[in-house]
Amino acid sequence: MVVQGRAWKLGDNVDTDQLVPGRYLSLTDPQELASHCLEDMIPRFHELARQGDIVVAGENFGCGSSREHAATALKALGISCLLASSYARIFFRNCINLGLPALTSSEAISGIQDGDEVRIDVAAGAIENLTRAFRCSAPPLSSFLIELIEAGGLTAYVRDRLEARVPAPREKRE
Amino acid sequence: MGMTMTEKILARASEQAEVRPGEIVQVSADLVFGQDTTMPLAVIEFRRMGAERVFDPDRVAIVCDHFVPNATVLAAERTKSLREFAGEQGIAHYFEAGRGKNYGVEHALLPEEGMIWPGMVVVGADSHTTSYGALGAFASGFGSTDVAAAMALGEVWLRVPETMRFVYEGELGSWVGAKDLILYTIGQIGVTGALYRTMELVGSAIESLTVDQRLTMCNMGVEAGAKNAIVPVDPETERYLRAVGIREVSIYNSDPDARYHSVTEIEVSEIEPQVACPSSPDNVKPLSEVTGTRLDAAFIGSCTNGRIDDLRRAARVLEGKRVSRDLRLIVIPATQDVYLQALREGLLEVFAEAGAAVSTPTCGPCFGGHMGLLAAGERVIATTNRNFVGRMGHPESEVFLSSPVVAAASAVMGRITHPDEVVR
Repeated sequence: MVVQGRAWKLGDNVDTDQLVPGRYLSLTDPQELASHCLEDMIPRFHELARQGDIVVAGENFGCGSSREHAATALKALGISCLLASSYARIFFRNCINLGLPALTSSEAISGIQDGDEVRIDVAAGAIENLTRAFRCSAPPLSSFLIELIEAGGLTAYVRDRLEARVPAPREKRE
Repeated sequence: MGMTMTEKILARASEQAEVRPGEIVQVSADLVFGQDTTMPLAVIEFRRMGAERVFDPDRVAIVCDHFVPNATVLAAERTKSLREFAGEQGIAHYFEAGRGKNYGVEHALLPEEGMIWPGMVVVGADSHTTSYGALGAFASGFGSTDVAAAMALGEVWLRVPETMRFVYEGELGSWVGAKDLILYTIGQIGVTGALYRTMELVGSAIESLTVDQRLTMCNMGVEAGAKNAIVPVDPETERYLRAVGIREVSIYNSDPDARYHSVTEIEVSEIEPQVACPSSPDNVKPLSEVTGTRLDAAFIGSCTNGRIDDLRRAARVLEGKRVSRDLRLIVIPATQDVYLQALREGLLEVFAEAGAAVSTPTCGPCFGGHMGLLAAGERVIATTNRNFVGRMGHPESEVFLSSPVVAAASAVMGRITHPDEVVR
């Protein structure tokens, strides 16, 4: 999977409250969530972001609340890949579960400025900054996670598993 | 080679003799739950998975606590859909404000309801699920799709975490409690200090804490990035479990030769009350460095500090006092049981007479949802867990995190205040 787009560069510790503020958590429609993504940090982000764009962040990206709304909003905006020095664990899982690749590389962060055009070969972990001729690599995701992303995320993966499963008689618990 | 508590629980739940940090394991879940902002997404994904029935209706819980009592028409639609899902699936553990014997903020409610015990694997669609480690359970937060999968399959995949052991020794000073210990710890290690790891909290100072207070500490483990936080089972745990009707438990305490990522010793007698300043939970300062900071609001409540123990401490400070004319105070008991107990003990009267707005249980203000949000430029001192930019309202408002006694004293003075200044 190769993705390419404009880089949106964020700082360290961008929390999921920033990605989707608490006041919108009753929303479930991905497009409605997308329309509020990062709105207190980058006004009109949802209008500016284009299909394929890449979000680049520093340490502890997606910290705080477990709200999957944050990953859902990014995906609905068409964000194709995340790059960060590190991720908070729930947010990382949520991204992978939704089929949104999230690569880890501190080197990439220092070689990419806001607005740069970036191309990423997700499976290989190869990152190329087309604006300033910079290349580096990120540790590729484990084969299990790539499989999950390529299956379309955890929902599709579980659907396959449920379909394959022979219905077992329900056990009685004491 | 021995194992830590967390490793023992994950070994049991993955049906293995032992597990080691870094291994990916598939573990069975003993309790899967979500709340009114995360569960609607989980139900959507559950249906998209083609799942028809939850793996075990007795091991699934739904707690409507964030936008309750329904703050908006949309929130009302969400709770209605969850009520219907619970009915359809036969989920008896469905909680919503204004119905049933007990309800309220999930991480205060589920332990009170006797739904948490040592050795469990708890999968919660809420980051503060880490709270339940206070009762010796493995408990961690997940997103909605993970919870949907856990509802369908009864299991979840996990990487076995390294354990960081924190040893708290010594006697706590006056007006110093669990909140100060965990804020101090997060201030020391930072918001990524325990990323992906377990925080195991031990030592004589932890043994001296009630389960209510241990819940406060484990609750905030996630603010240091932890996968879970956990406290060994001891006589205080057993007392609490008996009181909520749990008699027989298996204990999974760490072996003496367990391997740790690190061991940190903390002498608690030297710690003064702590305050996390805007806008990160690790921007922690001793109270004496921030006293005098002007405030517009104070909030006592939440899954971090809305239990009876917290309200008793706050009432000690507020008894016979009035909230400053320059500030508004909101007090929210975390559950209906806490509310009733506080009512019987006269605590609600203390708060009301002081001028506080006392509300029925809700997460409302803590996550900037509803009930007492902040305008631009306003400052609040809150007993909650996060002080991110805009967390409790306008992006230009500011949140200071503290214990209930510091929030109470600050409410009386209208500025950040040491309780000694108010209670003489």
